[in-house]
Amino acid sequence: MFSYIVRRMIGTLPVMLLISLLVFMLVQAAPGDPADILLSDEASKEDIEEARQRWGLDQPVYVQYWRFLVAALQGDLGMSFRYADPVLLLIVERLPATIELAVFSILIAIVVALPLGVWAGARPNSWADNLGSIVGFFGISMPNFWFGIMLILVVSGVFNLLPSAGRETYGIPGDPITGFYILDSIIQRNWTAVWDGLKYIILPATALGTNMMGIMMRVTRSSVLEVMHEDYVTTARAKGVKESRVLWHHAVRNALIPIITVVGLELGTLLSGSIIVETVFSWPGGGSLLITAITARDYPLITGTVLTYTFAFVMINFIIDILYGLIDPRIRFDK
Amino acid sequence: MTNSPASHAAQALVETKVSEFRKKLRPWLKPKIIMGGSLVFLLVFMGVLAPVLSPFDPNLQNLSNTLKAPQWWGGDHFLGTDHVGRDILSRIFYGARISLVIAGTVVVISGVIGVGLGAISGYFAGRTDFFIQKLVEVVWAFPPLLLAIAVLAFFGQGLWILIAALVAQRWIPYCRVSRGQALSLRTRDFVDAARSLGARDTRIIIKHILPNLMQAAMVIGTFAMATAIISEASLSFLGLGVPPEIPTWGSMLADGRAYISTSWWLALFPGLCIFFTVLGINLLGDGMRDIFDPRLKRSGSGVG
Repeated sequence: MFSYIVRRMIGTLPVMLLISLLVFMLVQAAPGDPADILLSDEASKEDIEEARQRWGLDQPVYVQYWRFLVAALQGDLGMSFRYADPVLLLIVERLPATIELAVFSILIAIVVALPLGVWAGARPNSWADNLGSIVGFFGISMPNFWFGIMLILVVSGVFNLLPSAGRETYGIPGDPITGFYILDSIIQRNWTAVWDGLKYIILPATALGTNMMGIMMRVTRSSVLEVMHEDYVTTARAKGVKESRVLWHHAVRNALIPIITVVGLELGTLLSGSIIVETVFSWPGGGSLLITAITARDYPLITGTVLTYTFAFVMINFIIDILYGLIDPRIRFDK
Repeated sequence: MTNSPASHAAQALVETKVSEFRKKLRPWLKPKIIMGGSLVFLLVFMGVLAPVLSPFDPNLQNLSNTLKAPQWWGGDHFLGTDHVGRDILSRIFYGARISLVIAGTVVVISGVIGVGLGAISGYFAGRTDFFIQKLVEVVWAFPPLLLAIAVLAFFGQGLWILIAALVAQRWIPYCRVSRGQALSLRTRDFVDAARSLGARDTRIIIKHILPNLMQAAMVIGTFAMATAIISEASLSFLGLGVPPEIPTWGSMLADGRAYISTSWWLALFPGLCIFFTVLGINLLGDGMRDIFDPRLKRSGSGVG
């Protein structure tokens, strides 16, 4: 098991290296001189010349890539033009908001999709199944950013129930400990702040979780449907086990594995979806940071965010692979 | 009609033909495919006939007539006007055209690259396969849409840059499935037979491998179309898509977001169009997959 993890970890290294090379090449291939691109528009000719030397842009390309790589490995992703802070620091500050949003989206998706999927799978072709398949198609076809705008329109606009932008009411949460507001507020037993955080997160998390909900609902349905025909379910029924117990103890438990796969497969979509949903709800996470950086032509910040998101994505996939192996004993590690 | 044996035979032949045709048609007559097909047909209809259907020039501004609510049949602006007085209905028709052209181009280019590389990768196997699969692995390691955003951030706006950005990851599902199929096809008897008759690799790939990859590619292409439309709308919404003078559903939504507290119609209608278009394509793709190959499940979706 341990050697498997180590081997898989070493396996991700070449991919990460190639990702950094690809992003580096993207900056190189962009029209215009990197010094022009990496400096703000107000830079003078002398500034540019000086920057070229300072950043080693007069060196051959492979030397530049090597320097870029060494700096990145030391956590130096450059300085942001717009904020005049180290890029890595800016991103790390924003990440808890994005993670919090992603976690709540997944929770919302599971809470809706799991019961509905089990219900639909247990009674194929019933009205519950039809409802489920409508919800499924609705979920996968919904553009999450438009759903977000409609939620703002109806829930915040017409009924004035929940806030439409931001993450907290100013002054309500205490000092951050982990950066996850809701978690921090629970630790501090500040229930007003917990409620405040929940109020802000419900709409963006619903918008972001809809696609995953649709896919999860369909996968749950088909895996429950499949499991219900297995021999052990028939055996359990023959022994006189109650139908509800058959469903929840035998069928659902086995249907859980594909659901974890779905969460794993769809995390990438969730991550990129969060970039847009964060923009819609002015959610102060990494995604809205990226869009601000693009609008401000803050190239070091763009490169840094893209690299961080991609590395995070590779790491998440790696962790999910391991988790998947832990949950499903049929997957063997000693290949 | 005469009763000669010949005409009986002819009639019987026609009847078998008709019933054969019915048999072939039957799997296509499912609610999913009919609904999906109608929605897609509506989109194509709107897109192709945009200049005829549109009551106004989609870019015609009228600053004395801004943010008018939908007037339905009671006025000139059926779905109202936006913040600079442009007719929303006309912009929706032209938006359908742009969505269709961009998504269609993206799907075709991705398909050609993906199926081509997949066929080469699977057919030659060995070192060629290794390099192509490494490329697939690296490009696929980026979260969907992020690579497209990065390309647009560095290369700026433009129709072709947008298409290139959307193709960047979208060829991969084609490539994966095609490679898998080509790997098994290369050991089949008809390939060996062609080779023993002296056919070159190029000829074998074009004549014997590629035709067998088409069905799967069509199903993947249908789902890729849906994700391409959503991605294009997302990028246009973020202001990274096509230049602002081209009306798109995504950029209309961006305007709608800004005026959401006063003018709901700006955001409602273009969003509904995106939703129903994508729903139609997904229904159609799902139906096609049921008919062609249930094993293709999910291989085409998941690209942002």
